[in-house]
Amino acid sequence: MFEKAKLRDHQYLKKMSTIISANDLSKRFGAFTAVDAISFEVKKGEIFGFLGANGAGKTTAMKMLTGLMRPSSGQAEVAGFDVYRHPEQIKRHIGYMSQRFSLYEDLTVRENIEFYGGIYGLGFRQLRQKIRDLVAELGLGEVERHLVKSLPLGWRQRLAFSIAIIHDPSIVFLDEPTGGVDPITRRQFWETIYQSAERGTTVFVTTHYMDEAEYCDRISMMSAGKIAALGAPRTLRETFQASSMDDIFLAIARGAQ
Amino acid sequence: MNAIEISTIRKQFGSVVALDNITLQVREGELFGLLGPDGAGKTTLMRILTTLMLPDSGYASVNGWDVQRDYRSIRKNVGYMPGRFSLYQDLSVEENIRFFATLFGTTLEENYDMIRDIYSQIEPFRTRRAGKLSGGMKQKLALSCALVHQPKVLFLDEPTTGVDPVSRKEFWDILSRLKDKGITMFVSTPYMDEASRCDRVALIEKGRILDVDQPDRIVARFPYPLLAVRTQGDTYRLLQDLRQQPWAHSVFPFGEFIHVALSAPVSPAQVRALLLEKGYQNPEAMETTPGIEDCFMELMH
Amino acid sequence: MKALGILIVKEFLHILRDYRTLLILFGLPIVQILIFGFAINNEIKNAHIAIIDPSHDEISREIQQRLLSSGYFILEDMAGNLESVHRDFKEDRIRLAVVFPSQMQQRFYRDEKVQIQLIADASEPNTATTLVNYATAIMNDYQKEKLGLGAMPLQVHTQLKMYYNPEMRSVFLFVPGVMVIILMLISAMMTSIAITREKELGTMEILLVSPVRAVFVIIGKVIPYFLLGMLIAGILLVTGNLIFGVPVRGSYLLLFAEMVLFVLTSLALGILISTRTDSQMVAMMLSLMALMMPTILLSGFIFPIESMPFPLQMISHILPGKWFLIILKNIMLKGVGFGFVWKETLILAGMLLLLLAAGIRNFKIRLS
Repeated sequence: MFEKAKLRDHQYLKKMSTIISANDLSKRFGAFTAVDAISFEVKKGEIFGFLGANGAGKTTAMKMLTGLMRPSSGQAEVAGFDVYRHPEQIKRHIGYMSQRFSLYEDLTVRENIEFYGGIYGLGFRQLRQKIRDLVAELGLGEVERHLVKSLPLGWRQRLAFSIAIIHDPSIVFLDEPTGGVDPITRRQFWETIYQSAERGTTVFVTTHYMDEAEYCDRISMMSAGKIAALGAPRTLRETFQASSMDDIFLAIARGAQ
Repeated sequence: MNAIEISTIRKQFGSVVALDNITLQVREGELFGLLGPDGAGKTTLMRILTTLMLPDSGYASVNGWDVQRDYRSIRKNVGYMPGRFSLYQDLSVEENIRFFATLFGTTLEENYDMIRDIYSQIEPFRTRRAGKLSGGMKQKLALSCALVHQPKVLFLDEPTTGVDPVSRKEFWDILSRLKDKGITMFVSTPYMDEASRCDRVALIEKGRILDVDQPDRIVARFPYPLLAVRTQGDTYRLLQDLRQQPWAHSVFPFGEFIHVALSAPVSPAQVRALLLEKGYQNPEAMETTPGIEDCFMELMH
Repeated sequence: MKALGILIVKEFLHILRDYRTLLILFGLPIVQILIFGFAINNEIKNAHIAIIDPSHDEISREIQQRLLSSGYFILEDMAGNLESVHRDFKEDRIRLAVVFPSQMQQRFYRDEKVQIQLIADASEPNTATTLVNYATAIMNDYQKEKLGLGAMPLQVHTQLKMYYNPEMRSVFLFVPGVMVIILMLISAMMTSIAITREKELGTMEILLVSPVRAVFVIIGKVIPYFLLGMLIAGILLVTGNLIFGVPVRGSYLLLFAEMVLFVLTSLALGILISTRTDSQMVAMMLSLMALMMPTILLSGFIFPIESMPFPLQMISHILPGKWFLIILKNIMLKGVGFGFVWKETLILAGMLLLLLAAGIRNFKIRLS
């Protein structure tokens, strides 16, 4: 059964091409090693979950992959660009949505879309079309000219996500996107992610809700700077003989102690 | 006498109704959970009970003391751990504990037994500045500070938010052990899975109580049979397809499965057949039992 | 490039939608111009003076006419003798005294030298110099008119006596002024920041839900700043004295008591500010803009109050700093006793009670 699971993964992976690859990627701050030689791959169109406790090195790893921080050693390529040589290109070709949703509360919905569209270099006509599309798809017709701060949290989340992919990037990075909302809104957001993945966008998401790990095609769990688990949720549960991601996390954390 | 008595409490901020006619009772010695997402009203209710805010209308009492008139008695006798580990970051662990002990007219030594379970875990760090502790340790320190004066009722506002799962689990272990000391504990949390660790829970959303009971009884009340369905890939399409079905009351992703609440009877085999027909790879369907989250979402509708 | 354009547009939108920033950007310059325009008036106007005139003759009266109709001087006291002039100075009722000799007219026409003595309150040296210059100029003009150019039989000699500060050292005014500012800074601003910081951190909540009464929480916060304020005031006094020779001519005990009063008043102000806001930033801004700036500009520390237009004078009346500055100057430089500062002391005490009452009423033993 164990073998069958691994085989299933392997066949699955072979069909797609790689969009992120990291090899012995490390980051040191003086004597402290935040990220310790991690290696993994993310395939195009995957929903990849990046898990780990605070301080395990998740945020630092993500910063290196999004071109925000230069690695100390190792290699990594994102969307075909080397993180050392072309971090600016990476930034241009990825989408990013952070914990605080990155929306400006004192601007209207439309102004937010215009701003981010402009930042990502969308042409005037392109932008107008995008605005029409987004508004229609998210059902924001009524509130287009309302300040974002008047929108309920769930709408803001989905708007932030749509804005993160406004320039049709091949991969979007989500940093703890579902803080605090009610269970239904959280699932609606994940459905938006599913939809995106279906259209071919790769989704790289970090979260500390362990149950959300189950939504992903594959996950990696970091602990003390290293990757302690990597694979599809189902496979990992079999490997660790755990019934939930929570239990896997506990097993890893205990192992680290 | 109930440890906490809440009767038709209402609180409004401008046009936003934070609490809408809340009625609840918490028995002495209970470990009571208030479950709900952000903005549900948990913190507002907590603040009213700890006398930090006045309700617009309604009545509430803690240990028999009215929150409006007898607030001084309440403030002398309850323990409170607000969100965000409000500790003094630039004081050491020991300084923090001694400060709170003195504030309540007692000493650390007198009450050491009470908090030994928790405090012993952070005692090795007692000269370290509170700001330099990890999230889990800050949590334990904040709890120790709230307990050091042996309160009869303990109020904990989202004590496990933002903390890693290991510390979360340890924290609830500590709370369970505290029950032996007879303390009533009123804990709010956004994490639905923590419901099972409470004696009773109240589900709250947008200022209204959706249900109050022992967790297993709430689950038993789930009105529909539940199926867990999954396929290999194609999740988005699967969700849409299932929603179209006349027998699907609600369809929600739950990790790698999709939970379908059935409004009309249909067997797992039938579902599997249907999905195969629609071209899904390896469809699976089985009966499953609902969890608190299923109940919460159903009640939210 | 287009990205730059949209970044600029966005920033404008942020600015236009933030009322507080707009207020500062536009309100502040306008207020400043008004205040500076009206208050920075190097012309001194409406200075109160005393006159001693034993002559009562045509010349002395004409000179007085000229002085009093110039707009610079207002007659406060037609004194009979120097003692009453001294008292006028101590009570802060005059800035300048003009002492005429006897038999002016006779001597004037007999071509004898005539000495008119000008006595100025030099505890504000710049003002004193200016007033003396005005008076001298007016009297010289009069001479020229009366006698034509050429012979000046009347040497309207201005015999200068600078009271309290014979060397006219501006530091004599600055040290008390700085003390007022610093005490206000420490007591009001730091206190308001400390209280709001506790609120911002969330620890205020825990303190409130404890047996300690809210009033003791505040007192506990405020006492260290009180002690600090007194200590620093003491250091300033000693420094002023040792390095610059600024004296304390009056009673140290009285000085100490008045300092306590002022510090308490500033503390009460700080507490009041902290009840209006939960944010440290806002507390700091309020303290700076609504308290420090008006005190610096309008308390008489830099610009003399009587030269300001009426509305600004009214504002200066409600600044505790202004009254304390007067008390400080009088005790330190003029060496007066309580009898001469009781009025200002009463005013400060009244302010203290008012502020405490307002603070207590506003202080919430609960969160909003």
